[in-house]
Amino acid sequence: MNAEADSPGRRALSRLLRRKTAVFGLAVVAGVIVLALGAAWIAPFDPLQTSFSLVRRPPGAAHWFGTDEVGRDLLSRVIWGTRASLSAGVIAVSIALGVGVPLGMLAGYVGGPLDALISRITDAMLACPFLILAIALAAFLGPSLGNAMIAIGITATPIFVRLARGQVLVVRSEDYVEAARAVGNPPHRILVRHILPNILPPVIVQATLAVATAIIAEASLSFLGLGQQPPAPSWGSMLNTAQRFLTQAPWLAVFPGAAIFVTVLAFNLLGDGLRDALDPKSQ
Amino acid sequence: MLRFLRGRLAQLVPTLFFVSVIIFLLQQLLPGDPALVMAGEERDPLVIEQIRKQYRLDRPLPVQYLYWVKGVLTGDLGESMRIKQPVADLILEKLPVTLQLASMAFVFALVIGIPAGIVSAVKKDTAWDWGANLFALWGLSTPNFWLGILLIFLFSVTLGWLPASGFVSPAEDLGRSIATTVMPAFVLGNAIAAVLMRHMRAAMLQAMNADYVRTARAKGMRERVVILRHALRNALTPVITLGALEFGTLLSGAVLTEQVFSIPGFGKLIVDAVFNRDYAVVQGVVLVTATTYMLLNLIADVAYVLVNPRLRG
Repeated sequence: MNAEADSPGRRALSRLLRRKTAVFGLAVVAGVIVLALGAAWIAPFDPLQTSFSLVRRPPGAAHWFGTDEVGRDLLSRVIWGTRASLSAGVIAVSIALGVGVPLGMLAGYVGGPLDALISRITDAMLACPFLILAIALAAFLGPSLGNAMIAIGITATPIFVRLARGQVLVVRSEDYVEAARAVGNPPHRILVRHILPNILPPVIVQATLAVATAIIAEASLSFLGLGQQPPAPSWGSMLNTAQRFLTQAPWLAVFPGAAIFVTVLAFNLLGDGLRDALDPKSQ
Repeated sequence: MLRFLRGRLAQLVPTLFFVSVIIFLLQQLLPGDPALVMAGEERDPLVIEQIRKQYRLDRPLPVQYLYWVKGVLTGDLGESMRIKQPVADLILEKLPVTLQLASMAFVFALVIGIPAGIVSAVKKDTAWDWGANLFALWGLSTPNFWLGILLIFLFSVTLGWLPASGFVSPAEDLGRSIATTVMPAFVLGNAIAAVLMRHMRAAMLQAMNADYVRTARAKGMRERVVILRHALRNALTPVITLGALEFGTLLSGAVLTEQVFSIPGFGKLIVDAVFNRDYAVVQGVVLVTATTYMLLNLIADVAYVLVNPRLRG
């Protein structure tokens, strides 16, 4: 057996692919990414094209998911909606990772007053219920998809600060870190080259699960009118409209909600699978 | 115990301080002149000048903060710009509604989550376990406003059994009060039920591998008694305290649930305030929820130590 085939990454991948639920999650996530990137080619109609002769048509041969209150094709809007949801999930989590992980590593490695300060601010942010803080941030920033992403990203940051800090505390007294310090590596090099790779697995797991949370949060903010603004398609704002037409056009409520459910479920399954694959001890 | 309590309180004070700073600084995120934004459509320079005076926007930031905190500490959370009422009164008025909803939701979560977790652990790797795990995944992945809309469609629009929206206080009419809150409470409790089920399953599996359970079995006790009297009793405490921490999730979820079912609670208050640009109300709601959450956290920690003799020391 050569070293290549037995690298930790490959072993984790093969463990991941042995779990059916994780493979299902991975496949759905891949499908959602394809839909988001290829929306312009895959969607059968223009998601913004209204038509007064096609108002609230139930699902049928021409419009598989039916049409909405102004005659737009619902399937096309759900497909375009993957863009808002997926980009909100990925960008919000990138913000949280980019801010949270370095701060957490710094707090864990340096310790002292800096650690105390960062930890207390983290505690304070975690004390505010997730969605309520996101709503407040989105309210003060102003309603738009971009601001919703920033609001969700900031709200998710303390989770990564706490995770990275805890991991660094575990790792920093390990022999290889001591060794790196003993041969005179500067702190930033130790953090980036020696500590970061070793705390990465739990961070990856948390990031995958955080994408699921962020997608629900974006849908929630859009449902409340604080995210994606109409007429641009977003699953959350589509559900807001759907509620007003529940008696006349119940299909409007079914498809966008199912899209959120399946996407979030897939990220949750993938995250659970990654946790088992990256941490063999947990089994 | 006293030392533990003192330590926890010493931690609580700086956290509360930072919570107040974060909430105060939210105001700084407003684009442009905050006085102009807060005035909204009002363009009267006198009104804008009055807002500037009222919030001391012409003073340096730390001075503004000190005045704000001084108000908060004396129970003055400012005044709602739209409704012209003190924010504290508005919150006190809406709080009972959300608390009723949240407590009912918590009961739902306990009644569903705990038995599901026990069954899933006792019948590990059977169809029961699979079903319970599937339920937990479903609960964690369903946006609760979608579930709410689907239930309204089923029980209100199609079957006509329950009212689709609104709220009746239990003091007014208990039957109708329950009819208006049973769906939203179920929707709200659903996600927590999933979390409790997972905790309960893990705690039960751990307890069932413990020595005292093996001893009980070796003594020839019936399996039912072993599970209910020995395993369950030990597994339940950490789950209940963990459950208390989920209260924050309940408050977050209440925002959406109240919106879907038009319930005039805490969540509706913050959403309406957001659209009315009633920023003092938004800040007040965040401050009260964060403080409530921290106090519950403290109570859960203390309860955990109290019921766990090994931690008392």
